[in-house]
Amino acid sequence: MSAATSGIGPRLRRSTWLLALGSALLLAAINLALQPSFLEPGVMASNLTTFLPLILVAIGQTWVVLASDIDLSIGSTVSLVNVVTVVVIDALGGDAAAIAAGMAAGVATGLGCGLVNGLCVARLRFQPIVTTFATGVVFAGLALMVLPEAGLPVPEVYWRGYAGGLFGVRSVVLVLAAALLLCLVIERTRFARALRASGGQMQAAYQSGVPVTWTRIRAYLLAGFFAALAALCLTGETASGDPLLGGAYALSSISAVVLGGTALAGGVGGFLGSVFGAVVLGLIGNVIFFARLPFEYQTLVQGLIVLAALAGGVLVARR
Amino acid sequence: MSAQNPSASAAVRRRLGALALHPLTLALAAAVALLALGEAISPGFASPGQIVSQLTIAALLGMVAAGQTLVIIGGREGIDLSVGGVISLCAFVAGNLMAGTDAAIPLALAATLALGFAVGLLNGLGIVLLRIPPLVMTLGMTGVIQGALVILTRGVPSGRSAPALTALMNQPLVAGIPGVLLLWAAVALGVCLLLHNTAFGVRVYAIGANPEVARIAGMRPERIRALLFGLSGMFAGLTGFLVLGYTGSVFVGIGLQYVLPSIVAVVIGGTSLAGGIGGYLGTIGGAITLTVLQSLLITLDAGPAGRQVIFGLTLLVLLLLYGRQRGLRG
Repeated sequence: MSAATSGIGPRLRRSTWLLALGSALLLAAINLALQPSFLEPGVMASNLTTFLPLILVAIGQTWVVLASDIDLSIGSTVSLVNVVTVVVIDALGGDAAAIAAGMAAGVATGLGCGLVNGLCVARLRFQPIVTTFATGVVFAGLALMVLPEAGLPVPEVYWRGYAGGLFGVRSVVLVLAAALLLCLVIERTRFARALRASGGQMQAAYQSGVPVTWTRIRAYLLAGFFAALAALCLTGETASGDPLLGGAYALSSISAVVLGGTALAGGVGGFLGSVFGAVVLGLIGNVIFFARLPFEYQTLVQGLIVLAALAGGVLVARR
Repeated sequence: MSAQNPSASAAVRRRLGALALHPLTLALAAAVALLALGEAISPGFASPGQIVSQLTIAALLGMVAAGQTLVIIGGREGIDLSVGGVISLCAFVAGNLMAGTDAAIPLALAATLALGFAVGLLNGLGIVLLRIPPLVMTLGMTGVIQGALVILTRGVPSGRSAPALTALMNQPLVAGIPGVLLLWAAVALGVCLLLHNTAFGVRVYAIGANPEVARIAGMRPERIRALLFGLSGMFAGLTGFLVLGYTGSVFVGIGLQYVLPSIVAVVIGGTSLAGGIGGYLGTIGGAITLTVLQSLLITLDAGPAGRQVIFGLTLLVLLLLYGRQRGLRG
């Protein structure tokens, strides 16, 4: 609305992702105090490897949430992409060409899932929460059909390549950099503006000539794409297929997006906050582990911190 | 007289038409069709005993969905994802208070209802005072409850249902009907009376349709909304109490399977997620349809994967039939 153009609006918006950055830095400091080796390159890289899938899924979720929609199927999309990739690589013999084909099939699967969601929600005008719940059930079922049980290892080249790097830079860093670059490019397009307009005031955006339906479909396509990217990374990390791989990502990606200051009502926020939100969620797990809290306390503490961060974010944004 | 006749019959026809298109009628028609299909595929599927046991499962879903209906009608993206956690928590507390003795049932029931209401009210306060979106608030609450449960139970099933509670769920009480179905009928009557015959019900629809107008008309939307979340927690608590009777003992994640079906039952029952439109009768139909569909898919022996795919596709078809939102041109 008018807040986007007035002086205070952009500042407010910045401060919401700044809060996520601040929380991430605070948690990183605590983590460093508890684990002196935290800043060593090896430890940083292994942390990034753990956090990267959620970062990517949260980025994907952000586009959809910006359009005031939501994607509860994004976890099942991750599972489906993982099993399709693994099965295609295996069926084609496991050489370099097979790996390329498998990854392409995985990305196509992710885009397909996004397209189905986008068409149902934006074109057929189904309610987003229930629709993506239903498509999520379908995708999860399809994943079980493609690969009924966890297993089927990927060729060594795949996971060695993911654990290794290129020109002395680790693969995880390259993937993250490429993803962030892509986001920066997307943010400079007309689509990004149409997305925030649609999410802020859908009716007004439509009447001003914004292609609302197509914009929402594209947001779901992006969600599918980033979910596929996350699945390919997870495949590199686990080195095998698992039809239940993505289970928890739908809800944790929404938490990351909200922690990052993107409004669920749409229109306000951006990918950067979601990245920090995902890092915050990951670091909470680390801190609980290194604080030697019993494992049982992890869920409780994580839940309390997320709620506190949400309440804090809302209180800061209101000022 | 003769001049009034055509308009009177037109009014009757209109009422009949409205009745035929009522979400409850549609959902029950779908349930009957599914039952007939099941009977054709596997004789005995629609036998009285089978129908009663399916209704018992539907009753559990219907109780959670009662609270879900209330918060969804209350509007402002009202939704309660914490019902699963509350069911687990209350089933755990009830099971440990009861520990298999009938004498402790009243205490356990009172404790679960109070606990459920308290958790729901906490959700409501977070939503109206801190302005956290309901989806996220109740999701965060789920995390907290599940975390607390993991610590309380240490991951081991615990608590035991009292014989009388188990009988309420599994034994016929009157004319072959288990007590839980009579309880469900009473709850349904209460919720419908609350929504349609009290000032509170009128306010719920008013704040759901347009909170600003409701405020100008002298209502207090925040207070009502917080109370609705409290009621949703209470219904989830009641469900947890009954789930304990149904399963005998409790594991940590026992309630989570009810979360999304409770929302789906509300939606296919014709209540709009935008708020202000709908009612509990439709939700009852939705709960029964969902339950029959799920047991039909089990009977079909489609395997877990096929079952999931068919279940999801059916939901999409149901949404296509009457879950669509208004177009941007309209």
